[in-house]
Amino acid sequence: MSDSIPLSSGVEVQELTKTFGNNRALRGIDLQVTYGDFLIIFGPNGAGKTTLLKILATIMKPSSGEVRIGGLDLKKDAEEIRRRVGVVTHQTFLYNNLTARENLEFYSRMYDVAEARQRIHEVVNTVGMATRLNDRVSTLSRGMQQRLSIARALLHKPDIMLLDEPETGLDQEALPMLWQALQNEEQKKRTVVMTTHNLERSLELGNHLVILAKGKIVHEQTGISPDLSTLRKVYEETTR
Amino acid sequence: MRFWRKVLAITWKDVLSEFRTREIIFSVLVFTLLVIVIFNFAFGGGQNTIQMVAPGMLWITFTFAGVLSLNRSFIIEKEEGCLEGLMVCPVSREGIYLGKMLASLLFMLSVEVVALPIFAILFNLDISFQLIVITLLTTVGFVAVGVLFSALAINTKAREMVLPLLFLPIVVPLIIAAVEGSGLALSGESWGEIASWLQIIGAFDAIFLVVSFWVFSYAIEE
Repeated sequence: MSDSIPLSSGVEVQELTKTFGNNRALRGIDLQVTYGDFLIIFGPNGAGKTTLLKILATIMKPSSGEVRIGGLDLKKDAEEIRRRVGVVTHQTFLYNNLTARENLEFYSRMYDVAEARQRIHEVVNTVGMATRLNDRVSTLSRGMQQRLSIARALLHKPDIMLLDEPETGLDQEALPMLWQALQNEEQKKRTVVMTTHNLERSLELGNHLVILAKGKIVHEQTGISPDLSTLRKVYEETTR
Repeated sequence: MRFWRKVLAITWKDVLSEFRTREIIFSVLVFTLLVIVIFNFAFGGGQNTIQMVAPGMLWITFTFAGVLSLNRSFIIEKEEGCLEGLMVCPVSREGIYLGKMLASLLFMLSVEVVALPIFAILFNLDISFQLIVITLLTTVGFVAVGVLFSALAINTKAREMVLPLLFLPIVVPLIIAAVEGSGLALSGESWGEIASWLQIIGAFDAIFLVVSFWVFSYAIEE
């Protein structure tokens, strides 16, 4: 599990590009996320946010450039990286015909989760789904499915969380639950990379901000969070 | 060991999902039985004619039933982005391929176990051990290639059309060898007579299992 090699660094990206035919989705991204940082990625539709996250999640291969996650090379150590990364997107990655428990048991096997039964109870309690464990996913509401998806992503105690617009489909109750789960689950320090449209809420959480436009980083800021109106102004200027 | 545990977890997940919905086995079995019954009425001639056309009928039925089954193989993975869910798990792409292949093989063999005796009863033919071996080996090769092309087709818009168009030309040599071998098996020929066709089927299985195993990672990545 994720305790075998300590993660000394977060995410390092150098000269990353991704092309689809003639379309250049990412054009030379350089990014350094310190271990324990909460990185927020903003950008208009088509800016390359999801492509960047898919590359970090090892779903997609970069066209060129270097990516290191926790000191591991994305090209050489993809499987080891996957062991340390949890992914939440607007899609749940859950099988509709299986129950919540069966889905979590399946992913526990895939991530070699030790004492899976106990861990499943821990994560479903974290997301408030303990009473629906034996229900089929297809019978759960969209919000419930998304909560279960968060539980799935936390199962293997990942050091790095990649969140692609996770608030999509989440109910009002579940949103704070997600933020709390990310910050407090076992008081574990973890790196978070998140794309979102919810500027206001994410500014409270993030300590590192990037604005992406046309496949390039057009604005980067670490440390002190700017106020919302300043950020909106920067966003409008840089993505124009 | 860890690798195989994950492969079997993928297979078990597919089997469990199929057990709940019976989408693949039920629809493919109904299709198979309907085709066999229609052929039974179409070729109502003497036993000699049936002996001659039976291998072709059998493999036409299994081929199209197989395409129907393979079309469904990756559809459950496409719903809710489950394929991406598998791709972010710490299992190699080859492991995903083997897990999906074993599940598809189980579904195909389940249909064949029911369809083959019905075929033999309706056409008054004997199922020999040779025929069972040919069916088993051909199904392995068929599924080995089919799962690869099913993964390729899943990202296209007209996936139901794309799969047979890409896949059938590749498996033609396998189906021809199966038809010829089955013809000899149904005529009660010895292993020696069938050996050359079995070798072709075996070679196809070995080559395409290895090729599909290595190529699969490129097929599922966008």
